[in-house]
Amino acid sequence: MTALRPHAEEFYAEELAALAADDDRSRPPGWRLSPQAVVTYLLGDGGKITPKYVGSRRLMEVAVATLATDRALLLLGVPGTAKTWVSEHLAAAISGDSTLLVQGTAGTPEEAIRYGWNYARLLAEGPSPAALVPSPVLRAMETGAIARVEELTRVPSDVQDALITILSEKTLPVPELNTEVQAQRGFNVIATANDRDRGVNELSSALRRRFNTVVLPVPATFDEELDIVTRRVAQLGRSLDLPETTTALDEIRRVVTVFRELRSGQTDDARTKLKSPTGTMSTAEAISVVTNGMALAAHFGDGVLRAGDVASGIVGSVIKDPVSDRVVWREYLETVVRERPGWADFYRAARDA
Amino acid sequence: MPERYYGIRHHGPGSARAVLRALEEQRPDILLVEGPPEADELIAWAADDRLQPPVALLGYAADNPRRAAFWPFAVFSPEWQAIKWAVANGVPVRFFDLPFAHRLTARKAAPNADKPTDPPTMDRSPGDEHAAGTSSPDGPGSEGPGLADPDANADRPDAGNVDPGGADGATANADELDDDGPMPGPPAPELRPVDPIGELAAAAGYDDPERWWEDVVEHRQAPAFEAIEEAMTEVRAGALEDPYDLVREAHMRTVLRQVRRTHNEIAVVCGAWHVPALSAKFTATHDAALLKGGRRRGKVRFTWVPWTYGRLASWQGYGAGVDSPGWYHHLFTTTDEVVPRWLVGAAGVLRDEGVDTSPAHVIEATRLAEALATMRGRPLAGLAEVTDAAGAVLCEGDDLRLQLIGRRLVVGERLGEVPEGVPTVPLARDLEARQRAARLKPSALDRALDLDLRKDTDLARSHLLHQLRCLDVPWGEPDERRGSTGTFREEWALRWQPEFSIRLVEASGYGTTVVAAATTQVEAAAAKAATLAEVTALLETCLLADLPGARPAVLRALDARAAEDADVTHLMAAIPALARTVRYGDVRRSDVAAVAAVVRGLLARVYAALPPAASGLSDEAAAGLRDHIDAVHTAVALLGDDAERARWLDTLTALTTRDDLHGLLAGRLTRLLHDAGRLSTGDAGLRLGRALTAGVSAATGAAWVEGFLAGGGLLLMHDDALLALVDDWLAAIPADAFTEVLPLLRRTFGTFATGERRGIGERVAGGKGKSRTSTAVLDHETAALSLPTLSALLGRRIE
Repeated sequence: MTALRPHAEEFYAEELAALAADDDRSRPPGWRLSPQAVVTYLLGDGGKITPKYVGSRRLMEVAVATLATDRALLLLGVPGTAKTWVSEHLAAAISGDSTLLVQGTAGTPEEAIRYGWNYARLLAEGPSPAALVPSPVLRAMETGAIARVEELTRVPSDVQDALITILSEKTLPVPELNTEVQAQRGFNVIATANDRDRGVNELSSALRRRFNTVVLPVPATFDEELDIVTRRVAQLGRSLDLPETTTALDEIRRVVTVFRELRSGQTDDARTKLKSPTGTMSTAEAISVVTNGMALAAHFGDGVLRAGDVASGIVGSVIKDPVSDRVVWREYLETVVRERPGWADFYRAARDA
Repeated sequence: MPERYYGIRHHGPGSARAVLRALEEQRPDILLVEGPPEADELIAWAADDRLQPPVALLGYAADNPRRAAFWPFAVFSPEWQAIKWAVANGVPVRFFDLPFAHRLTARKAAPNADKPTDPPTMDRSPGDEHAAGTSSPDGPGSEGPGLADPDANADRPDAGNVDPGGADGATANADELDDDGPMPGPPAPELRPVDPIGELAAAAGYDDPERWWEDVVEHRQAPAFEAIEEAMTEVRAGALEDPYDLVREAHMRTVLRQVRRTHNEIAVVCGAWHVPALSAKFTATHDAALLKGGRRRGKVRFTWVPWTYGRLASWQGYGAGVDSPGWYHHLFTTTDEVVPRWLVGAAGVLRDEGVDTSPAHVIEATRLAEALATMRGRPLAGLAEVTDAAGAVLCEGDDLRLQLIGRRLVVGERLGEVPEGVPTVPLARDLEARQRAARLKPSALDRALDLDLRKDTDLARSHLLHQLRCLDVPWGEPDERRGSTGTFREEWALRWQPEFSIRLVEASGYGTTVVAAATTQVEAAAAKAATLAEVTALLETCLLADLPGARPAVLRALDARAAEDADVTHLMAAIPALARTVRYGDVRRSDVAAVAAVVRGLLARVYAALPPAASGLSDEAAAGLRDHIDAVHTAVALLGDDAERARWLDTLTALTTRDDLHGLLAGRLTRLLHDAGRLSTGDAGLRLGRALTAGVSAATGAAWVEGFLAGGGLLLMHDDALLALVDDWLAAIPADAFTEVLPLLRRTFGTFATGERRGIGERVAGGKGKSRTSTAVLDHETAALSLPTLSALLGRRIE
């Protein structure tokens, strides 16, 4: 396989097959797995099935139960909270196909959600089913699969509202052909939206009402986040074929601490309050800081991840706004980092970075 | 059957229903309830409809109200329902637990029992925590001293023991609850489950014991209490026994024996844990032996106090409480369509807040709750499912709305009511004692009081008056008409008003003593305070009212507000007063080490935030910031910490290198650094010259000089070095440039008083610095004569 990043259903095909084989609970119509097995697939079983999402079981149960009750699912969260990741794996586990994807942007046209036309054919033959170009959503309806809409709030409002009929009537009229496409059992929509961007194109309440909302939080505990970062860093390192570095758990621990403290606005021992920078300080950024640091250490350093390798990456993620974030960072360095035992090297590196 | 034991789960609505049904069937002629027997006569109040649950029995030692405990009852408490049934049916009721006085006397032996003014929460010594830990397990009891709400523990079987400090927190009122050390010797380790039914439920995979009761006990149609008794017998056989439990059970059996002589049909309502011990055969002599030695009696008083669901749930973060009194209330009062009714209620809560919530939302939420229940393999949706469903559908993932539902519905805001005629609260008794000790009589007439804080009695009076002000009982108002400059004088106008009694009762919710209640109030105010200034004021209150217990919370709040406050001037404004406190302590003999740490924290933030704050300032803002910088500069000097001073000067030095600095500040900083020896005289002169050259706008130049020479002409008159600096610079200006600079100089010098200008002129004319240095010949012997007087004035010996 030479794809840079294989789809979830290919990468985890074995796990999905193993789960399907052992799954004796009832499956909702059109589903490859029972809801319980889908939750197991996401959270892992401690053995063969690796965890894809590290976090609250309750959230995943609500997400899966939502899809099982025929309601569309809206995953909300700040950037880097694994929204897309979860939606991909849900689609892979439920319909075995995570590719029916609409990426929402300010320029997403209605055709991306409904259907377009093959104009050459349209001109040559007139309107016919053969001239119709189905959107990923339309294909999902026909095959009874899960369609995914990324960044729904970036899609212009009038285009968003094309989803209303699809979600409430489960059908898509095609007036040009005087026909309609009815969704097959198993069809559903998972949308993701970034709640920092709320207000870019706020969902109309009619559309909002068709979704059940699950908010994916930032990792609740330090250990959970450390686990996510080390796990992903190892995976990424392998798929990018980075030269071997000595994984310095201490350094990763430090990065996670900095990210958590600045994000939550207080130190981990809850003794000191801090200002939060304007950036989100997401786990995803922490992962990229560490990966970047490892690349630095491997190519330009001595192969050991050191404070200096991660410091500049951290500074880059903290200081998004050159004025106010700099104050925040400076204050954090001086009030917290400077006096923390064992952090002197990091303090120096960060100050110089 | 002559007697039946109803082993219940405290505050379990399922148990409450089952008890009611069983009582109807049995129709006993006496009812025994686990509870303090001293409160027997208060049971009659239950017949009064004005006594509305949630209410609590408050018991306290007559001689020391700080030793208090609460026994809360909600409408869904089995004990409450049983009592109501008995009172309505004319059946006599007795509490048959070990007397509260017994615990008290036992407790007096405990080493920590007499701590003077321990705040109710946090900062407990380990020893205390341990004692608290052992106390919480005593079931009904557990309602008793250990925990305000026994059953609290219901939902998480380990809550009471794992986090004893938390248990205390729940009963913010009864600050002595912690040292319930009934057992002599070292405190025993955790001995038995706090909520045995909860543990059974947890073992069966249920996270909500009420649902377990519903599924397993009720749905089976089996006689519930026999099943529970069997289960408990099994559990107890495998558990260690808490010696204190054994004493209590011995007492219960003794009472049972007495009652058996006079009554036939006996109903016993007690924690499920105790049932096997009550039905087991023990001899009277065995029990008497256990009870021996515990017979000492202290005088205790009981009263009903209003309680709230919020306190029952100890919503403020500690785990020790029924997590969801509102949900239990709903379970108890609703018989059908539990889930839809609940979600309709939740939609109502949201609509009241102006959030559009349609019936379609409720329908979808109900569907989701049921789907979740199926997925989780549960016969019926419980609190977890309805909460998840409400979060995903009704609240659209908005955590704030979910919290709203949590507050209004899951916990509930119900407040109990207590009829008039219930005796006074401990807080009022404590106040009486304090008044006697301080020899201050309440009087409805105005009275002036002049306190000398160097005297112990007066200091105690001052503390008391300040503490009462924290409780919103302004018995004394500080009287500042006769301006007295001494820090040891304090003047008050006293006047006692009748409504203060009511406020005391209200305040009794915060603590049973004036100190404890005031501490709680100050802590709460600190948590709520929105600005740094408010918190600083509270810190002062802590010192004035002598509330060391509240200080950690206030300092934390100070730290938090400082971190959130983006305006560096607020930070700077807070520093001088704190630094003075650190430097001089105060006449009230408070400990100020913690304050010093906070000052250093504030300074660190100022160092970071000052540079960006100093750019782009208007004239007024620059003047304001200059004043703040001056004040902090003085404060830093007061701290007497060289490293801190060096860092402060470093910050200032870094500032002066910037071109965009407002002239006023640039001048001021140059002056400060010059005075501190960071800038040589030549360097300062160079900067002064540069500020008044053609490249600098006139206004900036004038501001620069103003900043540099601030302090008035008088200073210039007496500071030779400064005068020489200005003089040299002035003399060095070429003639043609001088005419340009002149207006700027005039602008600054024109603000000096005429006398000062003349003085400066004379000094310059009289030659540089001669007169000053020549007079400094000290006559040490003459000077020594003044030392004794100085020593007396300053209150310390000067050599």
